[in-house]
Amino acid sequence: MTSPDPQPKTTQPSPHQIEIRDLHASVGDLPILKGINLIVPRGELHAVMGPNGNGKSTLAKVIVGDPEYTVTGGEVLVDGVNILEMEPDERARLGVFLAFQYPVEIPGVTIANFLRLAMQARKAEGEEVSFTEFYGKLLAALKTLEWDESIVERYLNAGFSGGEKKRNEILQMLMLDPSYIIMDETDSGLDVDALKIVARGVNSMRGPGLGGLIITHYQRLLDYIVPDKVHIIVDGKVVQSGGPELAQKLDTEGYDWVKELATA
Amino acid sequence: MTINPEVKDISTDYEYGWSNPEKYAFKAPRGLSREVVEMISKAKDEPQWMLDFRLKALDIFYSKPMPTWGADLSGLNLDEIYYYIKPEGMNARSWDDVPDDVKKTFERLGIPEAERAALAGVGAQYESEMVYHNLKEEWEKLGVVFLSIEDGLRQYPDLFREHFATIVPPEDNKFAAVNSAVWSGGSFVYVPKGVKVDIPLQTYFRINAESSGQFERTLIIIDEGAQAHYIEGCTAPAYNSDSFHSGVIEIVVKEGARFRYSTIQNWSHNVYNLVTQRAAVYGNGVMEWVDGNLGSKVTMKYPACYLLEDGARGEILSIAMAGRGQHQDAGGKIVHFAPNTSGSIVSKSISKDSGRSSYRGLVKIYEGARNAKTNVECDALLLDEEARTDTYPYIEIEEKTARVGHEATVSKINDEQILYLQSRGLTGDQAAGLIVRGFIEPIAKELPLEYAVELNRLIELEMEGSVG
Repeated sequence: MTSPDPQPKTTQPSPHQIEIRDLHASVGDLPILKGINLIVPRGELHAVMGPNGNGKSTLAKVIVGDPEYTVTGGEVLVDGVNILEMEPDERARLGVFLAFQYPVEIPGVTIANFLRLAMQARKAEGEEVSFTEFYGKLLAALKTLEWDESIVERYLNAGFSGGEKKRNEILQMLMLDPSYIIMDETDSGLDVDALKIVARGVNSMRGPGLGGLIITHYQRLLDYIVPDKVHIIVDGKVVQSGGPELAQKLDTEGYDWVKELATA
Repeated sequence: MTINPEVKDISTDYEYGWSNPEKYAFKAPRGLSREVVEMISKAKDEPQWMLDFRLKALDIFYSKPMPTWGADLSGLNLDEIYYYIKPEGMNARSWDDVPDDVKKTFERLGIPEAERAALAGVGAQYESEMVYHNLKEEWEKLGVVFLSIEDGLRQYPDLFREHFATIVPPEDNKFAAVNSAVWSGGSFVYVPKGVKVDIPLQTYFRINAESSGQFERTLIIIDEGAQAHYIEGCTAPAYNSDSFHSGVIEIVVKEGARFRYSTIQNWSHNVYNLVTQRAAVYGNGVMEWVDGNLGSKVTMKYPACYLLEDGARGEILSIAMAGRGQHQDAGGKIVHFAPNTSGSIVSKSISKDSGRSSYRGLVKIYEGARNAKTNVECDALLLDEEARTDTYPYIEIEEKTARVGHEATVSKINDEQILYLQSRGLTGDQAAGLIVRGFIEPIAKELPLEYAVELNRLIELEMEGSVG
């Protein structure tokens, strides 16, 4: 046979990327996302910016599978697979990780125990997380985050300060080796030292194997985690995309001009 | 071991619901009567005073109405119960001397293995009698006594009589009275002055026959400055008809002594479990109850610490899990008779399906018990809309210097917690199980490791399919 395959697309390997296609979502009867389109290839981190209350965090929650939000249209494809019908844990096992804006407290469950269970959940049946694998990884992660080993004996986020909770999100991220991260306003409530530590954690993972979205209202975090692209969401849609310079522009000029884009 | 085909699997996830064919040396007729009481006493070849005590207790039992202030007991038909079933083979010191099917029962429950690994002594009760009782030699040499209650009465008659029924007299309540009339089996423990038994003693209670009653009686005396930990475990086959367990546990903690009594109660869901357990605590002594109620149809159980002398301390950790058709009415009592006594009750309950957990507790501070203080904390976790929890705290204070704290919380597993854990790869069931384990962690961490593991495992079994 000499003629080329008439449908080459179906035989190509799935692209390593998150693709969001015309995503619509609401809370109750209130539409929040009104047709988001985005492609984030593995290997790139994209910033998602925009005024508050325009759908940035909703996008994060919909990707992770928060049942509070109803998807009313569109798809989210992770490496070519639509994840919107999946349980949150199935999405996690595909390699999607959300660093929550408000991590919840789970009293009585130590971080160490939880991390081990979460790592175990990614293993095939009959495969065990070995002690050396767990402990080696843990020590490296704690070093990156300038955290004492004793922290993992504390209960998960219980009584943690805002900054400690955010740092704990990055610890989990380092331990679980996601393919795609979504950071939901991780910078909010962090002082500059904590911000640097968080950024160091994320930057230590950057490379061809990691893609993701960094959701933030401010340029500040992006000084430390320089994004490959910047998207601006206004009224549930991406109204502008560009390079890192777009974030700089928002920082100096504010959001008024982008709001006009949305109504234009 | 063959599984008795007559056993109906009431609760499909109860894993101890199998039974042996009934083979007994002796089985009293159904129901309670003077004749049955005399029969039991005769079978045990008891002194006259004990028979007199039993008969008096029987009268007290008849004179008291069924309590109506707690769980619903209307389904408990006391006339249908077998009050005394004597198994073949009695009170061996070696497992080799225990009849085969009984031995296999306890092997299946992991008892001999646990004995070898981690226990100072083990007792095993099958129906009405202890079939096995053994204490490791090193402890025997130090003067520790760990016997069946019957052997305790025979071998230490004075010590026995000095304390027996002084802490829980038959007049205490209707079920203490029935136990006093028909008691059989249980342990007699004495730890001499200053001896610290640093690994646990354990007794395991197994009901096998249908419609049977188990009325063990345990008397434990921890002499001055001594220390020990005693663990009891219980299971039964899952029959369609109800069984009845009504133990009485009396404990004496002398000056400066320290004692912990841990229970992991996992009766099948056809057992009425109505138990009276109480400790008398003397100067600077410490008594700790760790009370886990997972099984049974109805449990009413309020371990008590009577703080009798200066500086005595009582601690009660209570955990209850109530699933479909279960009512756990549990809690604890701290009674301050003396100055500078202190207590604490921590109760955690989990209710799911139509299960109901009630915390019922008493803190009483008598006049003159200066500077007494007790703190009560009860937390209830509801896993669904059908589940129910109630709190009945009774606080009676006659002393101006008393300090009593009481905190109660009711929570539900919250969706944000589930989402958070699921977003890390745990399934919904695993997430809910982990939250529940975290909830009981303050109590689980007080148990020896293998019991904490067992408790967590049992709760995980109960949790399966609870989050959709």
